[in-house]
Amino acid sequence: MTTQHILFIIFGAVTLGAALMVVTRRNVYQAALFLTLSLFGVAGLYVLLEAPLLAAVQLLTYVGGIAPLIILAVVFTQGRKHPVDSPDNHAGYNHQWWIAALAAIALCSVLVWVTLSYDWGTAPGPVSEHSIAILLSTLIAPEGFALSFAVTVVLLLVSLTGAVTITGKQ
Amino acid sequence: MIPLEWILVLAAALFCIGAYSTLARRNGIAMLMGIELMLNAVNINLVAFWRYLEPNAASGQVFALSVYTVAVAETAVGLALMITIWRTRNTLSMDDMDLLHG
Repeated sequence: MTTQHILFIIFGAVTLGAALMVVTRRNVYQAALFLTLSLFGVAGLYVLLEAPLLAAVQLLTYVGGIAPLIILAVVFTQGRKHPVDSPDNHAGYNHQWWIAALAAIALCSVLVWVTLSYDWGTAPGPVSEHSIAILLSTLIAPEGFALSFAVTVVLLLVSLTGAVTITGKQ
Repeated sequence: MIPLEWILVLAAALFCIGAYSTLARRNGIAMLMGIELMLNAVNINLVAFWRYLEPNAASGQVFALSVYTVAVAETAVGLALMITIWRTRNTLSMDDMDLLHG
């Protein structure tokens, strides 16, 4: 058991454990906080996979942007209080929760079976030490991914304009 | 080196937990949190395949960055929708959103 294995088990346990807490908490505010913890775990996995730029982007956008956005939405709409008990409120789940659980377990078993029954090849090669420079220069190069970069910029502009329009004064 | 299967199984489990949260929760924001979990699982898969199969190409990480951007965009719009639903209907329960029912 090398250090990598131990770190992978720690980060994987944090990610999956926090994700299970997200699903099972009835209080949506607590679920949003557990989602933040799960995103921290995913950032740790990116560091293990030798993608440091993606780990930083994950921390900046998800943990620093999307998770606070979700927490703000929870606080502005229903607050931090515990949900009110009602006769049809099966611990925060809707009426078809058991079909959803069945479908999720079936999908997971199919994915795991396909993953484990395929021979993924031998050991991977090393990552270049200029991987961040190569990545960013490919991202903005005209013969690289400049077009998709520009399209995502336009997508962000349009979606944020739409979000502001949806919640603006009627 | 961590075997690739471990990371793929972890990403599959995270994806299915997110799918369960999207399908089975009543609260609209809890549904959106499940979508975030699924997007993170897909990103883990992309980065794992980049690292283990093509570490010299940049396209794996570029794909992951594009997924980040799309996730930010759809989360912003989704949460704007949830806030508007709260303002007009005073409830976030997706069971009460039945205007399109027959």
